[in-house]
Amino acid sequence: MTNYVLDLISRSIAGGRVLPEHEELPERVKPNKDAPADTPLHAPPVSQKESIALSGVFRSYANSRGSFTPALQNIDLEIEQGEFVCIVGPSGCGKSTLLHLLAGLDRPTSGQVIVDGSPVQGPGTDRILLFQELGLFPWLTVRQNVEFGLKMAGVSRDERKERARVFLRMVHLSHFEDHYIHQLSGGMKQRVALARSLALRPKILLMDEPFAALDAQTRDMLHDELERLWKENSPTIVFVTHNVREAVRLGDRVLLMSFRPGRIKSQFQVTLPRPRHVEDADVAYLSKEILGQLREEIDRSFNAEYSREEKR
Amino acid sequence: MKKSVNQLIFATGVLVVWEGLALLKLWPPYVFPTPRGVAESFWAGFADHSILIGIAVSLRRVAIGYGISVVLGILLGILLTWSRFLQDTLGGVILSLQSLPSICWVPLALLWFGLSETAIIFVTVMGSMLAVTQATKAGFDNVPRILSMAGRNLGAKGPQLFWHVLLPASMPYLVDGLKQGWAFAWRSLIQGEMLYVTLGLGQLLVAGRDLNDINQVVVVMVLIAGIGYAVDGILFRRLETSLRGKWGTTIAAAN
Repeated sequence: MTNYVLDLISRSIAGGRVLPEHEELPERVKPNKDAPADTPLHAPPVSQKESIALSGVFRSYANSRGSFTPALQNIDLEIEQGEFVCIVGPSGCGKSTLLHLLAGLDRPTSGQVIVDGSPVQGPGTDRILLFQELGLFPWLTVRQNVEFGLKMAGVSRDERKERARVFLRMVHLSHFEDHYIHQLSGGMKQRVALARSLALRPKILLMDEPFAALDAQTRDMLHDELERLWKENSPTIVFVTHNVREAVRLGDRVLLMSFRPGRIKSQFQVTLPRPRHVEDADVAYLSKEILGQLREEIDRSFNAEYSREEKR
Repeated sequence: MKKSVNQLIFATGVLVVWEGLALLKLWPPYVFPTPRGVAESFWAGFADHSILIGIAVSLRRVAIGYGISVVLGILLGILLTWSRFLQDTLGGVILSLQSLPSICWVPLALLWFGLSETAIIFVTVMGSMLAVTQATKAGFDNVPRILSMAGRNLGAKGPQLFWHVLLPASMPYLVDGLKQGWAFAWRSLIQGEMLYVTLGLGQLLVAGRDLNDINQVVVVMVLIAGIGYAVDGILFRRLETSLRGKWGTTIAAAN
């Protein structure tokens, strides 16, 4: 009974505010008028063991003028189990929205999001999203943060501690396990969030610009760690970034999204042998090609912003 | 260490100036209390137990009143957060009632409960409960959306989400509200006690005036302020320090 009431309360506090617009879309963007015709997609290899399948996914948000701003338009996407997919695109292209849909923190306006054969109904610990804003709990220590998901899953205290330590060692934060979040630097916070996500050993890891705020050395190190972890446990990874080289360094496949409304504009299979490095010539070469297309989208996003300014 | 030295210097200074003014005899003794008179009155009050009884009775009342207002206040705050309807309707009523000085509840309390213990506790509750309610609601309303999303993402749902994410996330506001509620409860109680004669510090204060005993008046005033401060320290200072230690000095920017 008490639990039922608390459940209702929690939902009213947290759940009620899950769906409203979280990407701040400008009001004056006209949906879809000047968007180019759909670029044909390379059909991904048909596979029995696809992990994620999106079909005809639209997501739009009510704006302040009472109409709807599309954030995602007609997304068809299949991701294989154990695949490492990177998504690049200009800001405001709905990359984060896509991850939220996969995590079950948001629902599509229409279309289907299917994970492991069944439609996504809500959040689940098989899919863990590493938020851009991190969302670390300031009232918990570093280790308690990492243990949080395990605690919710009812893992025993000793095992939680054990597992948290493994992942803290991996992100080189063993000496900080009893610190509180505000005592850490930006890069350290990022690593805590990474460890917290990994501790649940999710089958699907969704990462929203996780390394954007890090210095180059730390980022390189975490690229290696992430790749090693991926090889060992082979989770499916969907990795959003604005850094094309990072995408090519890490991904089996790089998806390029168009500026508002977000669509998958083109895809690139990355067949370069691993381990790769961001400084590799091959990585740079492929990045250049992707970057060329990304520039067009960035220009379009700038133009949209600019015309908005002018109309004021 | 430095702080206590400063405080000692300040207290000595006040006493010296006070005694100096008293020695000048600028005002008659029934208007201007002397340090010695106050000390004697204090001693006398302890000797005939009137001060200890007053403190005990007032503390018992405030404990009951504040306890009720914390429980009801938090529940009401949760209800307001939960129900849009209550928020739209009762929310405004609560805001307007908060502008009512707690002494305004005394006539109503007397009509409802008579000259009784219940009446005075009612006034205490009404004086402090709404502050707790407001803070609870503000606390839940201001839980950063990212924290509840992160909680859900990591598998917390329903009651778990409430106990492990929403409640701790609203703690800074909640502690503020409880602290404010305490100050309001203590004030409301003393005000209520001053209005009709029963035991308690408020009544001792009024008795002091009735007897033209300015020393007793000062003694009781000092006691009321001192107890308010001490209880605040016992209840909240450690809690606040611990919160600040965890969240950092700027709670809003902790994330």
